[in-house]
Amino acid sequence: MVALATSSAGGKRPAPRARLLEDERWLAFALLVPTAILLGLFIAYPFVKGVILSLTSARVGVEGEFVGLKNFVKIWNDGIFHVTVWNTFWYTGVTTVFKLALGLWLALLLNRHFRGKAFIRAFILLPFIIPTVLSTFAWKWMFDPTFSVINWTLYQLGFITQRINWLGDPDLAMTSIIIINVWRGVPFFAISLLAGLQTISPELNEAAAIDGARPWQRFWHVTWPLLLPVTMVVVLFSVIQTFADFQLVYVMTGGGPANATHLFATYAYQLGIGTGLLAEGAAISLAMFPFLFLIVVVQLLYIRRVEVR
Amino acid sequence: MAQVTIRQLNKVYEGAVHAVKDVNLEIPDREFVVLVGPSGCGKTTTLRMVAGLESITSGDILIGDTVVNDLAPMDRDIAMVFQNYALYPHKSVYDNMAFGLKMRKFDKAEIDKRVQHAADILGIQQLLSRRPRQLSGGQRQRVALGRAIVRNPQVFLFDEPLSNLDAKLRVHMRVELRKLHERLGTTAIYVTHDQVEAMTLGDRVVVMKDGLVQQVGDPMTLYNTPANLFVAGFIGSPAMNFANVTVVGGEGGLWVETKGLKLRLPGALASRAAPLTGKSAVFGIRPEDLRVANSADPAEYSMDCEVEVVERLGSETLLDTRVGSETIVAAVEPMVAVRAREKVRLAVTPDRMHLFDAETEKAV
Ligand SMILES: Nc1ncnc2c1ncn2[C@@H]1O[C@H](COP(=O)(O)OP(=O)(O)OP(=O)(O)O)[C@@H](O)[C@H]1O
Ligand SMILES: [Mg+2]
Repeated sequence: MVALATSSAGGKRPAPRARLLEDERWLAFALLVPTAILLGLFIAYPFVKGVILSLTSARVGVEGEFVGLKNFVKIWNDGIFHVTVWNTFWYTGVTTVFKLALGLWLALLLNRHFRGKAFIRAFILLPFIIPTVLSTFAWKWMFDPTFSVINWTLYQLGFITQRINWLGDPDLAMTSIIIINVWRGVPFFAISLLAGLQTISPELNEAAAIDGARPWQRFWHVTWPLLLPVTMVVVLFSVIQTFADFQLVYVMTGGGPANATHLFATYAYQLGIGTGLLAEGAAISLAMFPFLFLIVVVQLLYIRRVEVR
Repeated sequence: MAQVTIRQLNKVYEGAVHAVKDVNLEIPDREFVVLVGPSGCGKTTTLRMVAGLESITSGDILIGDTVVNDLAPMDRDIAMVFQNYALYPHKSVYDNMAFGLKMRKFDKAEIDKRVQHAADILGIQQLLSRRPRQLSGGQRQRVALGRAIVRNPQVFLFDEPLSNLDAKLRVHMRVELRKLHERLGTTAIYVTHDQVEAMTLGDRVVVMKDGLVQQVGDPMTLYNTPANLFVAGFIGSPAMNFANVTVVGGEGGLWVETKGLKLRLPGALASRAAPLTGKSAVFGIRPEDLRVANSADPAEYSMDCEVEVVERLGSETLLDTRVGSETIVAAVEPMVAVRAREKVRLAVTPDRMHLFDAETEKAV
């Protein structure tokens, strides 16, 4: 007893500050501070600033004053905004379906053994690696009414007799940007799903083959259910990105022709920066928020359910 | 149920790995055959070719009277138990077992009957609604067995099904497997690298090495008359002792001789060893065929050893000894009063002596 008492009194106690860090709550707090500061600086501040802006009548160079929900009422009655909402959902929905289908197909192909697999895998990532603006400019050339190599090819093959004005027709313009988005997004799906596929033990497929499942049944009963959690995360990620897409549309069409291809981000930019109506632009970006929030919540709940199974 | 015939089977993987070489095997109906050998000897490859999961480079595999070389796994009427069980993680135990029947379009009542029956045999009725993740290793093992049983196939294929279990459970499941086979009588091919499993489970054991079959026989034949040096060293635990010797003529017949050891070959062995006279050979004796000599033991069947380590296992005691430049292990009675660095005289059981040709490594 005596020895014990003297040894603990012998000055071996940690210094007060170190002791503070041994308390888990303080340690957690200390570790979270840098992240919290970064998040506050780059996410919370712009967000709050956006909210405040949307409640004023600010324009470029004009502070503006508090006007309540006037901006939101205005965009609610704005025909172009309606088109924009519809466009964003259509654009997001269609591209996601195609990206998932093509990405999954590619992933399944790449999951087999063949010569030059590593090379093909790297090659497939290309659209993903090239800066969007750069690749989109290349596409712009391909869809150019005069110089379009697509038109030229179709013409040479005898499918068309007249030039197709890809970016001049509202429907074709939308189709064009959808095609480019799919082209750009498929690698991400393919590589992520491939990573998911590789976590599925080949023995499971072999067991199913012995159990009498045909290839399609093996996919449906074994591969797909096991890939579902990864698929959901990838889809969630892609939906968020596509919903808020900007670069691609801005470079290709700038939202035209006649506002036919505006998405939330491009319309907000056009109003806020292009026209100088900062407050209205902010209101449009914010209008994206409830939609995205709903999508994310639904998907997260679904992912939870899938993972618990 | 059916017999399995393997004829001149070969497998060359791309990259020119010759994994299985000219394997021939006749497995009669209801037999439990074990393929055993060190890692990489081609056991799994052979089994997977029977299952149809690996293509055949040359040769034939017959199940019953049908050549199955080009049949898909599902058309071969086999069931396989994988080393890692390969249970479908997203399906319940019940659905795991029912899957093969569902795929084969059995009606619901029949599926239920079979699954319940298999669960009954394996004692896993109360686990049917769980997922594989919620089971212990032994329970998963049973489910994997159940999945094979419900199908009532022609042949069971097992690839090291017990290797992921702890030692005690492994012994238990070994017995269960044997009982199951007695009960169902389905032809079975079982792969393992554990010679104890092979000896205890197999009606017949196939010893493989480097893709070649070394010997086929029932466990006691392999133990008593190994065909070559490899089988002799592989079967039995602790392993057989080997000593490099020279066969020499002497009084009363042939002797084997090396530094510190000179033993007379008993009659039958001596006559077979005659052609080797004057040549080098490998002498083999199992630890359990050695004992501490007493004064009645003749000099020609005993040798002087120096004990290096004494291992007391309880049921027996192992003496690690040195004879000349050879190490000899003896399994002797548990209470033996010998200590390390003492001299001891060991007697060999004459008719348990083995001799191998040093060049061909074949048994004499
Ligand atoms: N897919 C493959 N491609 C190329 N070589 C392979 C392949 N599978 C196995 N091999 C080789 O074939 C040989 C036999 O392998 P196999 O898996 O049959 O051994 P095994 O006897 O089952 O060994 P273990 O006890 O370690 O499971 C080994 O040399 C192995 O490296
Ligand atoms: Mg193996």
